[in-house]
Amino acid sequence: MAFSLGSLVAKAPFANQLPQGPYYGVVAEFTTAAELYHACEKVRDAGFTKWDAHTPFPVHGLEKAMGLPRSPLPWIVLVMGLTGAAAGFGLQWWVHASAYPLVISGKPFFAWPAMIPITFEVGVLFAAFGAVFGMFALNRLPMHHHPLFQSKLFERVTDDRFFISIESWDPRFDSSATAQMLKSLGAANVELVES
Amino acid sequence: MSAAHDRPALTPEQVAIPPGHSWNRIPVFAGGAAVLGIVGCAILGLGNPKQFFFSWLVAFLFFLSLTLGALFFVLIQYAAQGGWGIVLRRIGETVFATIPVMALLFLPVALGLHDLYEWSHHEAVEHDALLQWKSPYLNTTFFMIRALLFFGIWSFLALVYYRGSRGQDTTGDPAVSARLRKFAGPGIIVMALTQTFASIDWIMSLTPHWYSTMFGVYFFAGSFIGFIALLSLFAVALRGAGLLESVISPEHLQDIGKLLFAFTVFWSYIAFSQFFLIWYANLPEETIWYKARMEGSWLSVSLFLMAGHFAAPFFYLMGRAVKRRNATLAVGGAWLLAMHYVDLYWQVMPTLHPAGVSPSLLDFAALLAVGGCFVAAVSWLMRKQALVPIRDPRLSESLAFENV
Repeated sequence: MAFSLGSLVAKAPFANQLPQGPYYGVVAEFTTAAELYHACEKVRDAGFTKWDAHTPFPVHGLEKAMGLPRSPLPWIVLVMGLTGAAAGFGLQWWVHASAYPLVISGKPFFAWPAMIPITFEVGVLFAAFGAVFGMFALNRLPMHHHPLFQSKLFERVTDDRFFISIESWDPRFDSSATAQMLKSLGAANVELVES
Repeated sequence: MSAAHDRPALTPEQVAIPPGHSWNRIPVFAGGAAVLGIVGCAILGLGNPKQFFFSWLVAFLFFLSLTLGALFFVLIQYAAQGGWGIVLRRIGETVFATIPVMALLFLPVALGLHDLYEWSHHEAVEHDALLQWKSPYLNTTFFMIRALLFFGIWSFLALVYYRGSRGQDTTGDPAVSARLRKFAGPGIIVMALTQTFASIDWIMSLTPHWYSTMFGVYFFAGSFIGFIALLSLFAVALRGAGLLESVISPEHLQDIGKLLFAFTVFWSYIAFSQFFLIWYANLPEETIWYKARMEGSWLSVSLFLMAGHFAAPFFYLMGRAVKRRNATLAVGGAWLLAMHYVDLYWQVMPTLHPAGVSPSLLDFAALLAVGGCFVAAVSWLMRKQALVPIRDPRLSESLAFENV
């Protein structure tokens, strides 16, 4: 019986998957952040949409060079924060004023000032959940395996090299032409990565 | 790189009010407004001295708190070696350079001691055990000594930092930045202590039985947000008047907006905490202050503060685009500056009008008088100086600043 731990993990709940295909795409290695920055501008202007840049440290302004839109994460955080605040306040109202009305230190049943700290805390908690798990969802995490990890070249991304990866399901992708373009943008090495 | 360091990033002409610019006339107009306000105070105040002193106290505290907020802002910039705010620092420096003027404007408060503060009445103290117990601190002589001390310390700090920064405009000596940075940390501690005791003396002791241990922080929160609101208006006005348009960028506006937003939350946090602890503990000598503000028309002001000093600006200033545009940031700044006045009015006036809000022409006249003096002094200084610390070693960093 064919059994593969990898396929089992990939089918685990909540695990994200990339589109299937013979190739993941091409990965190009740059030696400096400046070269990567200018190459990103060119890739952006060439109209690619399914691609990414990888660096060992944050490169300021790279999102502009890549032409990335602003993240929708703040909206997720806002909605979650307001939901949390409403939930925290609602719970206390329900407990103190509706379900179990008890006199506590001579205050009215619906003593709203006493409910503000919990409302605030639950609002912050939900907003933080929204920020962390929203970030996970937007980054398609958790993903237990990524084809880029097969590339020997790519290992230096955590050390001293800068990379652009263009995915094969980008409508403008063509394995030889795209690799050629990245070479012409100053890439030291270009590699085709399998799925 | 060293060549770029030697020559200033901006020329003096770029950061000065050019001759013939309409801003050169502001000192005259503001001075006129001040005279008008003082005449108004004199005419109206003769018939109602008590109202005059209270109105003056609110107006004085309003503008004084802006200057103290400015001093704090600049001290923090130095202490943290902040780079982004260098192009805005001169605005703060010019605002706190008027602290000696504020010392003069304190005179009516000193003269109106008897009308303002119950603890200055011998017959009231005689029959009041609590006031007797507090009298070693709350007595006229010590009150005056403390006021002198506060203004001495603030004026000293203001002059050291103003003259240091102005001197660097000509010498370009980076040692000035290092020296001022060394004093900034202790300066912040001194500011925190003096501001705390000044707020206890001038506002809290209006109701001498009452006390709140976080009143100093509350006053600080108000003064800082008041100054940041003023800073936003100042920056937008400078850009609008064609001065510093290429120096102060939307990136700087966004950071002012962030501070405005953050300190809206900070003020609300402190204001609510002060109320919450007193409300929950329910001790009569503490609740009395809030009881006066939760009855009649003062309750409306309290609710207005909750909505206007917290809820509305909190949601308004949340977005990014609002902070980056001249007009939208100015609306937020102007609104919060007005709310800061309402906040101080709400702290002081219930002592005079316990029955309910009772606006007076004198409120307006005092605001005109103190505000006229303040604006005249600031705009007069602005005419004589560079609008930006032009030889500060971090100026290029500030000019190139971008939000990440």
